[in-house]
Amino acid sequence: MSVNARGRALWVVWFVVLVASLAAMVRLNRGAVGTAATTNRYGFSLTESARTLGVDFVHQAPVFDHRLDHIMPQIASVGASVAVADFDRDGWADFYVTSSADGSLNRLYRNQGNGTFKDVAGELGVADVNRAGTGVSMGAVWGDYDNDGYEDLFVYKYGRPELFHNDAGKGFTRVSDKAGLPEWVNANAAVWLDYDRDGRLDLFLPGYWAEDIDLQHLKTTKIMPESFEYAENGGRKYLFHNLGDGKFEEVSERLGIKSRRWTLAAAAADLTGSGFPDLFLANDYGIPQLYINKGGKQFVESGKDAGVARTPKSGMNASFGDIFNDGRLSIYKTNISEPGVLVQANDLWVPKKNAAPGAPVYDDLATSVGVDLGGWSWGAQFGDLNNDGMLDLYLTNGYVSAGERSSYWYDFAVIAVGHSAIIGDAANWPAMKGRSLSGYQRKRVWLNDGLGRFTDVAQVVGVTDTNDGRAVALADLFNRGVLDVIVANQKGPLLIYRNNVDPSRHWIRVALEGSSSNRSAIGARVEVHWDGKTQAQEVSGGNGFSSQNDRRLHFGLGSATSADRIVIRWPSGKVQTLENVSSEGFLFLKEPE
Amino acid sequence: MTRYYPPLLITGILVSAHLSFGILEGYSRTGLAIVVAIAAELVMGRLTYGKWPHPASAYITGISVGILVRSPFLWTYALCSLVSIATKYVFRYKDRHVWNPSNFGVSALLLLAPASASVLSIQWGNVIWPMVVIWILGSVIVWRVGRLHISATYVASFLLLSFVQSAVTGNPWLAIVAPITGPMYQLFIFFMVTDPKTTVRSKRGQALVVFLVAVAEMILRLNEVVYAPFYALFLVGPAALLVDGWLQSRSVPAVVVQAFRPASQD
Repeated sequence: MSVNARGRALWVVWFVVLVASLAAMVRLNRGAVGTAATTNRYGFSLTESARTLGVDFVHQAPVFDHRLDHIMPQIASVGASVAVADFDRDGWADFYVTSSADGSLNRLYRNQGNGTFKDVAGELGVADVNRAGTGVSMGAVWGDYDNDGYEDLFVYKYGRPELFHNDAGKGFTRVSDKAGLPEWVNANAAVWLDYDRDGRLDLFLPGYWAEDIDLQHLKTTKIMPESFEYAENGGRKYLFHNLGDGKFEEVSERLGIKSRRWTLAAAAADLTGSGFPDLFLANDYGIPQLYINKGGKQFVESGKDAGVARTPKSGMNASFGDIFNDGRLSIYKTNISEPGVLVQANDLWVPKKNAAPGAPVYDDLATSVGVDLGGWSWGAQFGDLNNDGMLDLYLTNGYVSAGERSSYWYDFAVIAVGHSAIIGDAANWPAMKGRSLSGYQRKRVWLNDGLGRFTDVAQVVGVTDTNDGRAVALADLFNRGVLDVIVANQKGPLLIYRNNVDPSRHWIRVALEGSSSNRSAIGARVEVHWDGKTQAQEVSGGNGFSSQNDRRLHFGLGSATSADRIVIRWPSGKVQTLENVSSEGFLFLKEPE
Repeated sequence: MTRYYPPLLITGILVSAHLSFGILEGYSRTGLAIVVAIAAELVMGRLTYGKWPHPASAYITGISVGILVRSPFLWTYALCSLVSIATKYVFRYKDRHVWNPSNFGVSALLLLAPASASVLSIQWGNVIWPMVVIWILGSVIVWRVGRLHISATYVASFLLLSFVQSAVTGNPWLAIVAPITGPMYQLFIFFMVTDPKTTVRSKRGQALVVFLVAVAEMILRLNEVVYAPFYALFLVGPAALLVDGWLQSRSVPAVVVQAFRPASQD
């Protein structure tokens, strides 16, 4: 072969390599987007039923200082929340939702036990929380801080935080002043936890904006994050130690929590096996943080050592789930993915099995299992939606849905890369002018196949809304042995997806009440063993994004008609074991004395 | 020795940025991009020219891909590097490759796989010193290799045209110039637009071409194209190279010849 002929042949080869590589890009990109089958063969379907259940709540967004008018849809993009609890102890799950406009009313929906709900917030004294001058609601969490058997309500705001004592389910009394809460905190999350296991619930309250900012009355427009991914000029963190007399003592710095990152979500669970709850913080504009609890005396920030804090992203959710049924709690953090602009991808941090005791190390398996791309993702919750024995994942998303044919993404991308002197001043941000920013997004319902893959079946099972979703809470609203889904949408209607599950699938529900532990049993760990599988769940005092699931833990069992064993590790450290527990049971367990 | 300056600079930027701010999602992804780029270069170069090519150029391509591409998928790094190198052997004109390799690879990735990858678009930290160090070091090195005029012309053009953009869009001027304070632009300014193999021969021609890149970028920006600089270079660079070659091969008006006259004749 002549030199020229050889050269031409090689050129053809390289041309084929190039074209094949480009074709592979297209093909693999299509695979990344993913599709679901067109028939519902997943054993469940979800039907949006809020209005027929008597729930007609529509969230109202806040309005802040006029100097933020040009970017108001971004700044006023949070505040829709939902927190579930049986506040009147009638055996039916109730829920509290927040609104965020000045003068708008929050609602407490009492489950009437007949398939309908009634708003009782006004008559019970927890509606009027958004009075002018006191800031606006961002969310709420339930927890029985005084161990009287009734869940009390803490409301966090961009403003004055409020604690309401539950008066035996018949009303609420504002006790914020007596509790010693600060005058002003700009928070998007709060978590009840008993960090020192003294039997009383403590409260973690992480700030988002700095606490000296009143967004409705700005002193300056230099309030924005100093960087899109390295910002540390957000709100301080508060850890309120429950003193037991209705008062709380702020101990965050003393215990080692000194962050000023922009925390959007937080959750607590025992991630080290120590028996003490650790804290995970999903931070906007930066890396997340993992605070390991050292015997209730100190929190040590260990995110980098654990491998979860190496890449700064835009964290918006913190939830835990034993997705492989082996007793390990994975952490799910949501971020931003906008095709062609910013593909941060969500994180699923799965603990390694061979890590040293007390020092968990995680691998991000979000891409491997298929739960990485969820748009501009917000709240997400793990739960067995089809009772097949595996935890599925419900995710809501969408940031600002405005002009359907116009996007703010270009201007957002331009300002986001700017140096702190530019990005930090709201006056420099381009005006949104009615444009959308990752709006009208389709939601994700990822079904866990038990083999290490999650498949998005949202459109197939009935989740077709495109609201700007924020908070997701799971609860068995009608005591049927299935998990229903409540979704709080920003400037949108509250949605209740009623779950219809194949009745041949079995389940167990576990409700706990502490005695020497905190009475809400927050932090209790329950392991259900059946058919050679083990699934662990913990009672949570707030997780996801601005949300709290029903404290009663739901376990799907698939075809099994009983659990071989149920092991409860109470927050006090006591361990209780039940053998051969029949399915379809509502277990109510009180901590042994 | 000067051929080692750019690789050393980009390596220095990468290492210091990662150690300081953790800019990489992991060494594996950047490592994969570098390995694929060098391997492709060695194989294609050896088979095409019968001798082993120097790996410095492929190293810069691979490390650029590793820094610029942001994706949870390993395949995006591998394919982007492979495509980048392959273009050097497929698209050639007068014995020069037409596109800056990583410019082609990144542009192709953004166009063909938008759901899977994006490009570095953030600050490295909140402090000003990394930016200052990179600007100074980068300027010194491109000056040493005789290409400071290209980078300087681009920066001046960008700043000048940003006033036009601000007037047209009504957005604050600081918002318009914000991107140039970020590392993506620093890589673009010091490594992409200065690529000796894909720019025209004369100094004046180089300045004119990079000005046209800035103009094309402005037009794309006015149409809200997020990764405008990559696409602008993708479009203008080869066109300029073709014009340059065409002008070299035929007689043309004196004023044009003057503009594109090789630098060595200045």
